[in-house]
Amino acid sequence: MDSVDYTVEIPVIEGKTTLGEFDELISRPTITNPDRKYYIALSISLSMLGLGVIGLTLTFYYGIGMWGNNIPVAWAFDITNFVFWVGIGHAGTLISAILFLLRQKWRTGISRFAEGMTIFAVMTAGIFPIIHLGRPWLAGYLFPYPNQHALWVNFTSPLVWDVFAVSTYFTVSLIFWYVGLIPDLAVLRERTVNKIKKIIYSIFSLGWRFSNRHWQHYDMVYLILAGFATPLVLSVHTIVSFDFAVSILPGWHSTIFPPYFVAGAVFSGFAIVQNVLILVRKIFNYEHIITLNTLERMNKVILLTGSMVAYSYLMEMFIAWYSGIQPERFVFINRALGPYAIEFWIMVSCNVLFPQLFWFKKIRRSIKMMFAIGIFVNVGMWMERFVIIVTSLSRDFLPSSWHHFTPTWVDFSILIGSFGFFFTWLLLFTKALPVVSIAEVKAVVKGSQPTHGIHS
Amino acid sequence: MMSNKTVYSYTGIFETPNQIVEAAERAVKEGFTKYDVNTPYPLHGMDRAMKLPPSKLGYVALIFGLSAALATALVLGWMSAIDYPLVVGGKPLFSFPAYVPVMFEVTVLTASIATVVAMLFFFFKLPNIGHPLHGTEYMKKVSSDKYGISIKVNDPILILPNNLFDESKVVKFLESVGAKDITPVYWDEEEINYQNKILDPKFMAFLVAVAIITCAVTYFSLNVLMNITPFNWMVEQQKLSAQQNSNVFKNNSGMLAPIPGTVDRNSMPYQYTGQPDSAGKILINPIPVSSESLRKGQIKFDIYCSPCHGFYGNGSSRLNGQFPNPPTLHSDKIRNWTDARIFAVITDGQNVMPSYSSQLTVDERWTVINYLRSLQRAFNAKESDVQ
Repeated sequence: MDSVDYTVEIPVIEGKTTLGEFDELISRPTITNPDRKYYIALSISLSMLGLGVIGLTLTFYYGIGMWGNNIPVAWAFDITNFVFWVGIGHAGTLISAILFLLRQKWRTGISRFAEGMTIFAVMTAGIFPIIHLGRPWLAGYLFPYPNQHALWVNFTSPLVWDVFAVSTYFTVSLIFWYVGLIPDLAVLRERTVNKIKKIIYSIFSLGWRFSNRHWQHYDMVYLILAGFATPLVLSVHTIVSFDFAVSILPGWHSTIFPPYFVAGAVFSGFAIVQNVLILVRKIFNYEHIITLNTLERMNKVILLTGSMVAYSYLMEMFIAWYSGIQPERFVFINRALGPYAIEFWIMVSCNVLFPQLFWFKKIRRSIKMMFAIGIFVNVGMWMERFVIIVTSLSRDFLPSSWHHFTPTWVDFSILIGSFGFFFTWLLLFTKALPVVSIAEVKAVVKGSQPTHGIHS
Repeated sequence: MMSNKTVYSYTGIFETPNQIVEAAERAVKEGFTKYDVNTPYPLHGMDRAMKLPPSKLGYVALIFGLSAALATALVLGWMSAIDYPLVVGGKPLFSFPAYVPVMFEVTVLTASIATVVAMLFFFFKLPNIGHPLHGTEYMKKVSSDKYGISIKVNDPILILPNNLFDESKVVKFLESVGAKDITPVYWDEEEINYQNKILDPKFMAFLVAVAIITCAVTYFSLNVLMNITPFNWMVEQQKLSAQQNSNVFKNNSGMLAPIPGTVDRNSMPYQYTGQPDSAGKILINPIPVSSESLRKGQIKFDIYCSPCHGFYGNGSSRLNGQFPNPPTLHSDKIRNWTDARIFAVITDGQNVMPSYSSQLTVDERWTVINYLRSLQRAFNAKESDVQ
């Protein structure tokens, strides 16, 4: 452990597992009945979801006044949650697309799961802009469709860009995920003895035959999709940040927002993927597929993006001072010392201080420590969005219209409900589909590829 | 042949990736064309061994992506510059930079969907659950940990002069490359002989069910769902709207007429209605000419007078030719009128011109007249004005 030989690539999969054993291991959760632990986890997440449903029902019945939002703080928990959940999704696409283009083989063990989390996170995020409309049944007005009013949406508005970005992101992620699932569904089709499952797997695997004449195009499409998903994922949080940056509010009107938001999104996304993977590898005995080396590499990404976020905080403050604009300076002093100072300092300590512990190899490789830091990062990143949104809105140019935002219990119930929604989907996913890509893992096992040089 | 079943292909199994790559190279060398290699995951170097041409799916992505980008730019331009011109922040109607985000998203969406659809449904001709290889031991093995080769019996080099195929040749080839479990794969008889029957009762029942469900859902959505409003506290408020009944007042009307003899604040009675000439003799313009009053007069003139008389008062407005032509205000008649005579026309109206007493206050009418005088002087300038 002391001296590492960097000339030899660390194996992606540890130990000697035969190809057939991967089928057995990865498809086991989809065959076996769920155990007690699973039911306990599911009941907790369903209870959280139920709390969210109660909050939403009250919101729909009595209106948006059930929340703490009021002018000028028209955006609060709703948009904070939206930005937070969209950000969570970014880690999945980064792992599946950007690391694929960079030929990072260690992504194979975690890509399927991370992509699944992307889809569920974007689904969760999508709830919030719609419920925050106040009259959510009019959400269709956001799309440009020929209508009797003879008018079109305003295509120069970032809020309209948002509609296109998030819906495209969800659709492309889903397609990417499904394309990756086809060969695995075919493996399950060949293995299952249950008649109904066989029909379902046959339909969704489309009759995949593992033909090399297909693999050739399949690899090409995977490359193309990764090539599209890479700029797409960068564009999504960029456009989300435009919702703020294009306005003229001090603390929002800043050109640093797009890269700052993207780094923050990857930061929080990796933290939550790391947290969930620690649980998954423990529960399903995937320690040799999702290895400690993989987790360590994820922690390095968290360290990198966390440092980028810290740099952005510093640069934001510097520019506020350097610009010489009074309201801009006031916003940043107000953030650190004003009524939301506690939230601000939670954000700074969770996002700037704790991730820096990952400079130490011991901490990077300690499951308990990385799990704790991952949770801190997510608390910090949620606080970051809250601080950005609420401090700027609650104290803008005109002191007579200042207003202190205090969340109501309905706000909290919807926040908890969003976690319930996300984890319910995630738990159902672990039982319904292979959480590790069987074909991709097999392809990176030692000895699974022809030895080059002999034939060519 | 042991039965009358039709053979689809001969299959062989290999244990290691090196063997299957070698087998594929040999198959190419022997001249086989209708063969396929089945592996549980893509093998590096297999495309080269099989001498497959590069995938053309990149072109699909390129063509659909570029078309989507262009189409989106055109559609957005048409929507926000032509069909529903929308000025935002004084920017040009066709503001291309603002279209870039939406163009990009639509491009990615279209190209991704098109590429995947092209691959699955046009290149692979999936879904194909009835393929002969399905349901065989061979498929079970190659989906898990073995590597297989499948040579179709209609490969041109296997066809004998009597239209049968050379069984020994394909078996001998598979043995020579070291394949194990050499087995023929048969067409599914049921699959081959199956004929679609439109009048199949099950199919008809399915169609009827779909029709009924579609009608019911459409009816429900349009007539029930669309009329449900979850809450309308904002619409139903405890206040009286105009024209509503009210028990509070004796005449049961929510709207009350003013008490007789009430006079509006700031209103002065005008006693010259119908007598413009006497008004013109008696009233005097109380507003002095100043740059400020001229500017105010211009604003009001542009709003209320210019739609008919034109911005310069010369009668050239968009109403020309659609309505009795509005007269020019530079005629001798009007130039010789007193200010008060014009005031009478604005206040009472004349011919098809309505009264503007409700739109313009008394003072505003006088400032409009001041501005009109400046227009008249500008359009009929004397030599002395120039100096």
